[in-house]
Amino acid sequence: MRGQGPESDIVMSSRIRLARNLSDFPFIRKCTPKDRIAIATSVHHALDSLPLSSDAEYVDVAKLGDLDRQFLMERQLISHELSESQGARAVILDPNERFSIMVNEEDHLRLQVMQSGLDLESAWQRMDQLDNQLESKLIYSYNKRLGYLTACPTNVGTGLRVSVMLHLPALVATKQIDKVFRALNKINVAVRGLFGEGSQFMGDFYQISNQTTLGKNELALVAKVREVVPRLIDYERKAREFLVNESRQDLHDNVSRALGILCTAKKISSEETMHYLSKVRMGVNLGLIDDVKIPTVNKLFIHTQPAHLQKLCGHKLSVTDRNIERANYLQLHLTKRPESEIN
Amino acid sequence: MKCQHCEKPATFHITELTDPNGPSVLHLCEEHARTFLSNEGTATPASALSSMLAKQLKIEKAAEELATADKKTCPICGITFADFRKGGRLGCGYDYIAFEDDLEPLLVNIHGALQHMGKEPTNRSGSPERQHRLMQLKVEMKDAIGKEDYETASRLRDKITEVETGDESSWIEHEPEELDDDFQSETPIV
Ligand SMILES: [Zn+2]
Ligand SMILES: [Zn+2]
Repeated sequence: MRGQGPESDIVMSSRIRLARNLSDFPFIRKCTPKDRIAIATSVHHALDSLPLSSDAEYVDVAKLGDLDRQFLMERQLISHELSESQGARAVILDPNERFSIMVNEEDHLRLQVMQSGLDLESAWQRMDQLDNQLESKLIYSYNKRLGYLTACPTNVGTGLRVSVMLHLPALVATKQIDKVFRALNKINVAVRGLFGEGSQFMGDFYQISNQTTLGKNELALVAKVREVVPRLIDYERKAREFLVNESRQDLHDNVSRALGILCTAKKISSEETMHYLSKVRMGVNLGLIDDVKIPTVNKLFIHTQPAHLQKLCGHKLSVTDRNIERANYLQLHLTKRPESEIN
Repeated sequence: MKCQHCEKPATFHITELTDPNGPSVLHLCEEHARTFLSNEGTATPASALSSMLAKQLKIEKAAEELATADKKTCPICGITFADFRKGGRLGCGYDYIAFEDDLEPLLVNIHGALQHMGKEPTNRSGSPERQHRLMQLKVEMKDAIGKEDYETASRLRDKITEVETGDESSWIEHEPEELDDDFQSETPIV
């Protein structure tokens, strides 16, 4: 994600996915290897005749090595399930990473549209078009009453999952996060936080998404998630304000130390990196750190992950070697050298 | 600490804030954490879904009823309701019809609704009812051919073409009353 788009100091990305199945085949658990191949082939053919495919790339996931699969997973272009399952499976990739289509995941098709910052409406519009295009070439499993039929009943109806990834370090630091989310839970919006070893926060990222897919139309589901985001942004801004007002010195010290560690460490784990990058990200957004740019920080979150580092080196690395390589990489991109900005 | 789903050490501690009983913490190994997280946040993981289903069925149904429900089999993909309960995944689109009575309370529980309100595909021939109808007709035709009843077979072939090329009206109005009727029955449907 480029670190642009509305509210991008707090909202990392907006993401919309649709689950679809082809009516001529059973769902994945009952697919024979032959069925899986036939599904992949018919999707491939359908794409060839669509305008979206002019620069989109069809990737046969079954033929990819471990590292390439993990690389795509780290970029959130494919899921763990698609990466690790067996048999014919594929992903269609947009070169700008604005959409991806997984084939033979939990459902025959998982369409995904990504947008940096908070922009769910335009993400939905793009998704709707993508879906319409595919639907003109493929026959989806659909029932008048229950809508689009999916392998798991939790996705039936619209097959729609709307999610927004938020960076909420100040709500975490002020210990208000649970309270805020308990309130959200009452309105049927799911929140998930990611924690690492020893309950250390993994970068203070939280994902908000709709819990239901049936009984409301797509725009209403988008609006439901969209509605709660400004409140969260507001809470986070207030918490940041509070931190700055109460203890500017402490906060400045804290984020500067985080940057110091990232710039000088000789060995650093992925988790520790996330932890300190999160602090640095807040520091930059609050104007406490001014020689690092947000797009750089956002890219470092992704580029310091294991498969990315190994791709960069061109070969597999042990955990220790990865930690050394990660420290080098961070130092290169965070120390004051404008030409080291990552592209 | 061990992973909740296997013997590996738990290196991920995920706080699930969607649980209606308040936040709960999951302790998972990297592998299980990735599976869990790549479910995009909300899709209830299969294990949670099946335990939810088991709980719900226990409340609503006597053991006897449950055993009957478990034996229900989808005529198209062959999955039983018990198979679904174990894995949390359905075998084909027709399962929504074959297991309708048992899935309905689950859908209400998850979504609080039973009627799709969203977009519709322009090509609606992908309905499982239609597929089931086609399958019935094909079996009957094979049967008729086997019995050298070519008149019936040819009538059934026309019917198949009609369902294959026609719109919803070409099969909905001829839909047999009982969907669960043995589709291999020799009773002529037309
Ligand atoms: Zn495990
Ligand atoms: Zn079935």
